[in-house]
Amino acid sequence: MYKEICAKYAPNKDNLIYILHEIQDTHPQHYISTEAVNEISKYLKLPENHIYGVLTFYSMYSTTPRGKHIIRLCESPPCYIKGSINILRKLKTILGVSVGETTKDGKFTLELCACLGVCGNAPVMMINDDVYGDLSEEKVEDIIDKIRGRN
Amino acid sequence: MKYYRSHVLIGINETSLAAGVQSFIKALRAQLSKTGLSDEINLLETGPLGFFGKGICLTVYPDNVNYENLKEADIPLLVEEHFLKGRPVTSLMLESAGKFSPKFNYASRIVLRNSGIIDPESIDDYIGTGGYEAWEKALTKMQPKDIIEEVKESGLRGRGGAGFPAGIKWGFTAPLEAEQKYVVVNADEGEPGTFKDRLIMEGDPHQLLEGLMICARAVGATKTYIYIRGEYKLCIMRLQKAIDDCRNYGIIGKNIFESGFDLDIEIKIGAGAYVCGEETAMIESLEGNRGHPRWKPPFPGVKGLWQAPTVVNNVETLANVPFIIKQGAQEYKKYGTPQCTGTKVYTILGDVAYPGLCEVDMGTTLRTIINDYAGGMQKGFKFKAALVGGAAGVFLPEKLLDVKMDLASLDQYSAVLGSGAILVMNEHQSIVDMLWSILRFFRHESCGQCAPCKTGTQQLYRLITKIKKGEGTMEDVELMQLIAETMLKTSFCALGQSPIMAIRSAIENFRDEFIAITKK
Repeated sequence: MYKEICAKYAPNKDNLIYILHEIQDTHPQHYISTEAVNEISKYLKLPENHIYGVLTFYSMYSTTPRGKHIIRLCESPPCYIKGSINILRKLKTILGVSVGETTKDGKFTLELCACLGVCGNAPVMMINDDVYGDLSEEKVEDIIDKIRGRN
Repeated sequence: MKYYRSHVLIGINETSLAAGVQSFIKALRAQLSKTGLSDEINLLETGPLGFFGKGICLTVYPDNVNYENLKEADIPLLVEEHFLKGRPVTSLMLESAGKFSPKFNYASRIVLRNSGIIDPESIDDYIGTGGYEAWEKALTKMQPKDIIEEVKESGLRGRGGAGFPAGIKWGFTAPLEAEQKYVVVNADEGEPGTFKDRLIMEGDPHQLLEGLMICARAVGATKTYIYIRGEYKLCIMRLQKAIDDCRNYGIIGKNIFESGFDLDIEIKIGAGAYVCGEETAMIESLEGNRGHPRWKPPFPGVKGLWQAPTVVNNVETLANVPFIIKQGAQEYKKYGTPQCTGTKVYTILGDVAYPGLCEVDMGTTLRTIINDYAGGMQKGFKFKAALVGGAAGVFLPEKLLDVKMDLASLDQYSAVLGSGAILVMNEHQSIVDMLWSILRFFRHESCGQCAPCKTGTQQLYRLITKIKKGEGTMEDVELMQLIAETMLKTSFCALGQSPIMAIRSAIENFRDEFIAITKK
């Protein structure tokens, strides 16, 4: 599978970031495994340490398996003054996990992130590709319940 | 062409998408066809509408009525009353939310002049407003040096933060002999509280592309990249469509307008690193490396992407260029102040009545921006401070509310205007708490390449945490300032040089708060 993804891109170093994006996005656990790094290393003829260097530098990538839905709550100043800390507390309670952890059923991973650029609706979080704004504790519970119900 | 009795513009942006605008539109269309109005009412999906409103907003022309925070449940009433009987529903109108009626300042707009008026996904709409005329002029009637002269004459300064004159920057790269030159658009907007570039790209992607094309022609670059952050899904989608449409229309590609000039535009997606907003870090990232800033000089204009001459410009800077070329530098200079020409797009957030965006002349005061464009403070609250320029910005207290907001007037605060973020705090917010949040941000975003920033941001966070808990002393406060000043002098790039701004302005203007929270 990794080989096929790599083959879509020319074997140039500047494609590394895009290969990593695609591998992570298509992996059911949204992460980049050691096997994937090994495969990319062979394809781009780059040492594995370079790939790990890049992979761990950017906050969107993960080297550990994650849940089906990745919650990224903004903790930057604009969301902070609008009470993102209360939202974080609420998320921790309803999911029963700490930041960086995945729920036992593998459905949710809770992460913090820097500004998402939707500050007019602070506090804000992203769940996978969807943005949720003007969060309140009740709203968060509702959103999580809905996603749980869908699956 | 089909004529409609009424045009309804719906703003599609991250905000309204979050409020479920897609299913709202579906329901609205269904209701319109149910009542037989489909042929009379034209529903147009556009970008940010250019006024402050919550959730799903729409503007109805020719009535010029604005609705905000609409729910699907409001649709039957809206269609029945307004679209069928012609009676605007006062209870849903924007103005009813408060006594505030937003200023429509389309006359003084350059960058956002089409935003909320045209369909950003339609190249024909853009061309219909005179779009790509500047590109044609630049390509077929002007020499590269004339373009650069015009931009120099306009006084356009970079809108990314440093405020460097755009024409001079282009002038460094243009005369260089090189096999390949590049232009890179910096759309990696990551400054907390800043989303002006997102609004520009969502509302009018073609304008950015046109500015980019003119820049490429001026400096002789045939390959250009837009480096955009991965979170901006809607921007990426709209830009990609805009680029594809341009290619199909022959506006970019090989031998454009038979001028012999080739140009290609490609989108590159970032992976989440604040430091990649620094131009050399961005170039490293484009090459497939960690985003570590490079040593300057040589500047990217001489040796940038793959060691080739590369111009890096912010989205807003380039979005100003089509106007300058089409209308001319003299016309452009009518906006703003003599030292700092043009307009500026701001995002206003925090404890104001209507958080959102505005485009105003350079030199407009902070007071005007907050009162006229954001509806003043939230009801019942008083102004305490505004954090201007994001995390790398400064705290402005009430006594500075009448400072003119332009790069020259704000020079004493080291040109923090760039990002255009204005975060307003009411009297109950704590400056110390806010500073803590800022320093936590810097600790997280330091790239770790140089010691002053790597260690400094850690130490600053440790000290502010101690102070916030009430365990610090005034010596800790002074130490914080000393560390940040050392970082200013010794850090490799602007990231490590930035924390001093917030720290110094917080301590200078709100010293009492530090005295109150520290141990005697």
